Amino acid sequence: MAAVPAEEVAVEVVDLEKISLRELNQRLHNLAHAPGPSAWRVVNPDGAHAVACGIDVDVEVAIEGHVGYYCAGMNKRATVRVHGNAGPGVAENMMSGQVLVDGNASQSAGATGRGGLLVVRGDASARCGISMKGIDIVVGGSVGHLSAFMAQRGCLVVCGDAGEALGDSIYEARLYIRGEVAELGADCVEKEVRAEHREQLGGLLEAAGIDADPADFRRYGSARKLYNFTIDNAGAY
Amino acid sequence: MCGIVGLFAKSATVEERLGVHLAAMLEQMSDRGPDSAGVAVYRDPAPYGSSKLTLFSSDTREPWDEVGGALEQAFGGACKPRVRASHAVFVVEAEATEAEQWVRANRPDLRVMSAGTVIEIYKETGLPHEFVQQFGLSELTGTHALGHTRMATESRVTTAGSHPFSTGLDLCLVHNGSLSNHNRLRQTLRREGIEFQTENDTEVAAGYLAWRMREGASLEVALEGCLDDLDGFYTFAVGTADGFAVLRDPIACKPAVLAETGEWVAMGSEWRAISVLPGATDAETWEPEPGVVYVWEKAAV
Repeated sequence: MAAVPAEEVAVEVVDLEKISLRELNQRLHNLAHAPGPSAWRVVNPDGAHAVACGIDVDVEVAIEGHVGYYCAGMNKRATVRVHGNAGPGVAENMMSGQVLVDGNASQSAGATGRGGLLVVRGDASARCGISMKGIDIVVGGSVGHLSAFMAQRGCLVVCGDAGEALGDSIYEARLYIRGEVAELGADCVEKEVRAEHREQLGGLLEAAGIDADPADFRRYGSARKLYNFTIDNAGAY
Repeated sequence: MCGIVGLFAKSATVEERLGVHLAAMLEQMSDRGPDSAGVAVYRDPAPYGSSKLTLFSSDTREPWDEVGGALEQAFGGACKPRVRASHAVFVVEAEATEAEQWVRANRPDLRVMSAGTVIEIYKETGLPHEFVQQFGLSELTGTHALGHTRMATESRVTTAGSHPFSTGLDLCLVHNGSLSNHNRLRQTLRREGIEFQTENDTEVAAGYLAWRMREGASLEVALEGCLDDLDGFYTFAVGTADGFAVLRDPIACKPAVLAETGEWVAMGSEWRAISVLPGATDAETWEPEPGVVYVWEKAAV
């Protein structure tokens, strides 16, 4: 039996107490041009910003600890798992792949994301999925105020509650909320849950590895009344 | 931007190393505030009947012994200065307000950074690392402390414009954010007899708290008043003789993380600041809710 080269199966361990963040990210970026380890483990992140940011290759990165701003930002194809909490803007502008946060995420999780799946097993705070453009976001806990503000495409699934102004000025994103909604934002309304929605939701929950019944969720989306400027409303400004 | 840190000791071990921990936390927040740095440390209570002043002089050769001598003449007792860089702490045989008034009347060139029985405030322009070295911060023991690293937006980078701002006896405030109605509010508070020494927005928030508490509000109620009366962005940390409080504005753009173990409670603008504390990995960690006042206080003895 041919021996498998060790470097292809071994997990590459990177200690951020020993090498710089810039070096880690450069090594991850280099994978797009030259073959390298397919599984990485990052230890001692200690709240560093932009950890595993801008990856553009099929690779698995596990981060052992809490991270600061913009972790896995602009992610493409990679699977990045944070075994801890994430600071503001985790997976912001993600293109594809998966970003999984075991703990809680701070504000603007998945902001402007264009594709891929972001899973936050704990809570996400304010502005989760702000201006999302195709990303799917599944939150095991609750989200804070102004979540899915101006959301354009993709799904936001919340197993807990949603804060004030949910889906304010929303376009075509779908919001599935299991718990209480403190208040709906402008032009966001509750909508009927049809079979196709339950199927979509079931798929997302399964992909996220979260055990919840799609039948327990309500759906919210755009009333489509803010799409165009209405001259009759001019007096209101 | 700006960075805020707070540390409240729950054990004697943490009290003994408060300065070491505070210095480490402050240096972690350098990127958020390279313009100036400052701390309020609650420590070493003045004996009963006396009070403690922290004074600042812009003259690097300030003869602090002469200031001490003049305070001795005025109030009696021994009044030896404990000098740290541009600041000196005096224990005065008088009520804090009386001692403060004496300095304002007799030495208007000196600035009273703090007055009370336990508070000491040190602040200076420059990088947090330089500040920590200059002031020998690591030597300080204490029960609790707040710190701030400043990236100035609203007013000049000066020692006086640095945080913390003292808001009354043993009270202080640090701030991440910016207030938009501070000019108008400053006028209103001046009419109420609150004095301001700078054009800084945070000093107005500090003055607001001082005014509300002078009128009888508790710290918690005064902070809740901020939600109605202050316009702008803020994460505040407020220090009192017994503990500290944290408040974020309802929009909550400015970050904050809280963490607690059996040994300490800590607050930071980011996790980075807390990660340097012993046992941080296992701490209970959460983000404070917008518009909610969080308070920690020493149990009354």
